[in-house]
Amino acid sequence: MVLADAPNMTATALAALGERPPHPWTGQTLSGAQITCASLEAEGVTTVFGYPGGAVIPLYDALPGSGLHHVLVRFEQWAALAADAYARVTGRVGVCMATSGPGATNLVTGLANAHLDSVPLVAITGQVGQPMIGRDAFQEVDITGITLPITKHNYLVQRAEDIAPTIKEAFYLAASGRPGPVLVDIPKNVFVAKAPFHYPATARRAGYQPSTSPNMRQVKLAAEAINRAEKPLIMAGHGIMLAGATDLFARFVERSGIPVVFTLLGLGCFPEDHPLALGMMGMHGHRHVNAALSETDLLVNIGARFDDRATGKISGFIPQAKVVHVDIDPAEIGKNVKTDVPVVGDAAEVLKALTPLVAARRYGQWTGWIEGQRDEALLAALEDRPNHPEPYTIIKAISDASDGEAIVATDVGQHQMWTAQHFGFNHPDRWITSGGLGTMGYGLPAAIGAKLGRPDLEVWTVVGDGGFQMSLNELATAAQENLDINVAVVNNGYLGMVRQWQDLFHAKNYSEVEISGPDFVKLAEAYGVTGIRVKTDAEIRPAIARARSIKGPVVIDFVIEPEANVYPIVPPGASNSDALHRAFDDTDV
Amino acid sequence: MKSAHTLVVLVEDHPGVLNRVVSMMRRRSFNIDSITVGHSEQPGISRMTLVVVGEDDEVEQVGKQLYKLMEVLKVTDLSDQACIAHELALVKVAAKAQHRAEILQIAGIYDARVIDATPASLVLEATGSEQKIDALLAMLRGFGIRELVRTGRIAMARGGTAAPTKGMTTVSNGVGDGAREPLVALTN
Ligand SMILES: Cc1ncc(C[n+]2csc(CCOP(=O)(O)OP(=O)(O)O)c2C)c(N)n1
Ligand SMILES: [Mg+2]
Repeated sequence: MVLADAPNMTATALAALGERPPHPWTGQTLSGAQITCASLEAEGVTTVFGYPGGAVIPLYDALPGSGLHHVLVRFEQWAALAADAYARVTGRVGVCMATSGPGATNLVTGLANAHLDSVPLVAITGQVGQPMIGRDAFQEVDITGITLPITKHNYLVQRAEDIAPTIKEAFYLAASGRPGPVLVDIPKNVFVAKAPFHYPATARRAGYQPSTSPNMRQVKLAAEAINRAEKPLIMAGHGIMLAGATDLFARFVERSGIPVVFTLLGLGCFPEDHPLALGMMGMHGHRHVNAALSETDLLVNIGARFDDRATGKISGFIPQAKVVHVDIDPAEIGKNVKTDVPVVGDAAEVLKALTPLVAARRYGQWTGWIEGQRDEALLAALEDRPNHPEPYTIIKAISDASDGEAIVATDVGQHQMWTAQHFGFNHPDRWITSGGLGTMGYGLPAAIGAKLGRPDLEVWTVVGDGGFQMSLNELATAAQENLDINVAVVNNGYLGMVRQWQDLFHAKNYSEVEISGPDFVKLAEAYGVTGIRVKTDAEIRPAIARARSIKGPVVIDFVIEPEANVYPIVPPGASNSDALHRAFDDTDV
Repeated sequence: MKSAHTLVVLVEDHPGVLNRVVSMMRRRSFNIDSITVGHSEQPGISRMTLVVVGEDDEVEQVGKQLYKLMEVLKVTDLSDQACIAHELALVKVAAKAQHRAEILQIAGIYDARVIDATPASLVLEATGSEQKIDALLAMLRGFGIRELVRTGRIAMARGGTAAPTKGMTTVSNGVGDGAREPLVALTN
């Protein structure tokens, strides 16, 4: 078992916002574009992801004179998503930039992704010049209007002297409280206008006071509920990592003896190989995990938002349990699930206060019962399927080869769920996946962002043949930046997850899910990177070993059984307890 | 049980704030019965009155979501407080000579003022609760209402304190002791 050492998001992000020496350009009269660059540098930003265009030409004019490393993506959406992954692995605020109009609209999906997964991100967009605003000018879109519901906040900057304070505030909002994306829209003429540069030391807004320290009365009520429970269960979410609370969380679990189930984004906040770690819950959660949810008498949710993919049908979720909900966002309390003991606060501060109040215990009978619900037959069968590269075997082989230490990004679909189920995450901030939005195309740009954020770590991305075809143009970016990343294409020739739903819930009506693709090996070569094809089980481990030995991007095309399904699966609208399980006696591999 | 809640929302007076509030309400499928915006007693701070119909927990969720907007400074639910909740209506009613006296008599009953008159019409200004204005309109309908505008509800707690005394965040959600409340700028 390894306990976390990795950077933790909000804590690091906030620390990074703290005191630093004044920027060398302080006091000078600069263009808005220079102020933008200097402000980013003053925030400690080193890497930005972006794409130039008319409205940001002045900004790109200033970039080479700054110390920023700009990564030229091939599509702005991947800039936002690379910045999102960069933030997840570094714990700092990710930064992306794009031009007005189509550049800005291309960022939208990435902002929505960061919004739903609470990832700190700052997006800088160019806007048409102020005299043109509102006249449907060339490449004018109302990007602050468009992104209103998918950003934590956004700004249209009106004066060059407002740029520095706005960027200061944007970083503060993005990183503090419940993190999220913030967009700063800057008109072209404001980039050109001049102003003296002074970067403010602090930002403050009367209407923004996130409650980080919990109400002690609530903490005591939570402790009492925990100490009374006979079959308690912890639901561990992304908030634990965002709060930099993984060590505190481990201490809480060790002391309380309460078994832990993870949301998709909670994976890695506590080592999965720990005896008290049960695995992922929800739609593709393990059998024993969802069984435990049906039986528990107290669910302690720390830093998760009761997403419907985690809860299944609400009326069938934790039918016997009282609920303690720890969240930094008061609006999450009672939003989806009725809460008995709400505790609003930062997970780290709550755990600091809560741990000493809970009894040191072990729940032998309860944990024993849960272990008895494990689907042993499934694991045994998965271990022994030599014919096709079995998804399970691929994921397991990557995990084994990297000793479970690699950063693993994924795309969205079946391969994502197989990875979540079987990789075994023992470190925080190494599991990078699009949870709330389920953004296809995320995998490769996420790997690029992750590698640039943590060049010291091995980086893999597991993608489907569908999602990879959305963002494979980023192979060019990876090659240009000479990034050592390995792309595992789980190639089933289908939009597999949709095909699976059609298979199970729509009478096998395979409507528009068969998807052809290029020869991924030749494609890799066309981008000047290595391509490897794997068609049998025996080739899996050697291919992975070879990919790891090659510096630079490598694409492995794992050709798998086309109709392999992800199990368990909770049918849409059903309760977690009604999951379908894998049957091994038919043709379904 | 669903009921109408009167929320007083103090917001920074910036362009686009109304848009942010209304956009959030729409996206989360909260129903706005009426909304009014205007200046408050403090420069730079606008005051909105929102009438929202919903279950108590739904309305509590409205308050929490409002607080997530950076410009929102304070949200108060006046529903369980003694408060004054008024709206203003302007009614242009057809008033032929033979009806004029009767219309003026009705206006008198409802404390409505005549603020414009032509040989064929009167414009009445009425203030008060929605019910009172509804009742006035019911009485006038028979004469022919040519034009009508109602502001929607504005509200204020009764009693001597200048500002709402209690924001929504303490309701039942375990928010930390020091958070949000009291907001210094609004307590003097
Ligand atoms: C941008 C976007 N479009 C559509 C979807 C719906 N969707 C979810 S999974 C999936 C199939 C993904 O296919 P593939 O990338 O081949 O992965 P597989 O499921 O086969 O592993 C689709 C179309 C989505 N999540 N995102
Ligand atoms: Mg596929």
